[in-house]
Amino acid sequence: MKTEKVLLQGNEAVVEGALLAGVRFFAGYPITPSSEIAEGFSRRLPLVGGKFIQMEDELGAMAATIGGSLAGLKSITATSGPGFSLKQENLGFGIMIEAPCVVVNVSRTGPSTGLPTSPSQGDIMQTRWGTHGDHPAVVLAPSTVSNTVDLTIKAFNFSEMLRTPVILMLDEVVGHMRENVLLPAADAIEIIDRKRPDGNKANFKPYEVKGHDHVPPMPDYGQGYHYHTTGLYHDETGFPRGKSEDAEKLMLRLMHKVDYYRDEITLVEKKYLSDAKIAVLAYGSVARSAESAVEMARNNGIKVGFMQIKTVWPFPEKEVAELAQKVDKIIVPELNYGQYVREVTRAAGGMAEVIPLNRFAGQLISPATIKEMIEEED
Amino acid sequence: MDRYEIRLSGAGGQGAILAGIILADAITKADKFNVAQTQSYGPEARGGASKAEVIVSEKVIAYPKVTKADFLLALTDSALKKYLPDLKKTGSLLIDEEVFIQDKDLLPKEVIKIPIFKIARDQVGKIITANMVALGAMTALFDFIDKGEIEKVIAKRVPTDTVELNLEAFSAGYRFIVE
Repeated sequence: MKTEKVLLQGNEAVVEGALLAGVRFFAGYPITPSSEIAEGFSRRLPLVGGKFIQMEDELGAMAATIGGSLAGLKSITATSGPGFSLKQENLGFGIMIEAPCVVVNVSRTGPSTGLPTSPSQGDIMQTRWGTHGDHPAVVLAPSTVSNTVDLTIKAFNFSEMLRTPVILMLDEVVGHMRENVLLPAADAIEIIDRKRPDGNKANFKPYEVKGHDHVPPMPDYGQGYHYHTTGLYHDETGFPRGKSEDAEKLMLRLMHKVDYYRDEITLVEKKYLSDAKIAVLAYGSVARSAESAVEMARNNGIKVGFMQIKTVWPFPEKEVAELAQKVDKIIVPELNYGQYVREVTRAAGGMAEVIPLNRFAGQLISPATIKEMIEEED
Repeated sequence: MDRYEIRLSGAGGQGAILAGIILADAITKADKFNVAQTQSYGPEARGGASKAEVIVSEKVIAYPKVTKADFLLALTDSALKKYLPDLKKTGSLLIDEEVFIQDKDLLPKEVIKIPIFKIARDQVGKIITANMVALGAMTALFDFIDKGEIEKVIAKRVPTDTVELNLEAFSAGYRFIVE
């Protein structure tokens, strides 16, 4: 067990967390501010018998990541906004065929090539709705380096448990920041592996569900199970029939499996809320500014609390509704023109006034800016 | 030490960020304080503005960036002009002796001028080691970090064939303050 703290970058923390979770395949195309993730895997994966491949572009990288998953390996890819856009079609394919994998988006200021070395949370809705069609989304957003190690492990666990791609959304601040951290010992962390079928190969149906959780067991390619994958709506055999009843059944199952595990995958931190009249709700790097601002304001006697959303999707409906019942006002600082705040407003359902605080020019919101708004609203 | 905010600034390619990383790594190894190191730089590999920030604290560090710096290293005229307003009046400023001070009113209590580039060029023989000269001077000025810790990290973090050169530059900067 390691007991010595190490100086680790957020992007390096993704590599360390993934290795602890058992990752064995990375396919990617480097892009600022995510490139250290590709660099890290290129050095580390060969040492544990894993494979690293730099693909021709992000489309290929997403496809290869899904391929690695079908072959039975825990697989990951990493990118930033422009590359994340390119991954969307194959991401939808991964959701449709239920290939567990982790997609990291270290977001920078967009649209287009934007400000390559500056942070943004402008991709928050893209992580939810980037690929076309109805689909579930599971997205985690860390705020510290040690948090990034933990949430990378959880991203793999959730993806294996749910048999679906999970998105890990860092931003440039978290990805490039270095902090002193204590890495968890390998024997101290919980690892979840995908359910695999029980060995009856003759009558195998790849999308037949046996448990209550709506998640079918998944064989590795090459184990002898006949197994067809398609982006078309398919039945339990995996083959398309072009029928509405298959479409309805599959869509419901894709949604219900995430609903089934909702409580388990919803990660929210609360602080100073017991006497709070105002709450600051934030995610990613901005959560750190928000926490500082809340502490500064409390030192001045203002009754203000803090909620950090770590699982940004599925949206923590219940938790935000409870918060709205408790406080009069919710301030939502974000590094974008105002995206997540609309979901917060919807979930608050008029029970609390929801106030946006937006910065979109590539700089982290300072605690002073948030504190000023807390004082104005007090 | 509650919260000490350090900013290292210069032009891209001068190595302010590497110096910041080495400082943060040495603080990590000493394991007395928490540390958060961030940076900002342009997309170009050389030129443009570049800065590293290192926050040192006994407590958990929530906001990881400088709000009002306790210590500023400025290697260029434009870095000084840009970051001097965010330096505490009670803070310390370390600059090369040739850096032009435009806003004298903004200068803090402690101003340390040393021939960073001259030492790197004439004494060490490579101007590119200016960042290590500055880091040596900073190490001599800071009471929370040990010279030996920084040297160990330099040896680990710079390219193998430049370790000696970087250590020489570091020592030269350190000696200039101590002597």
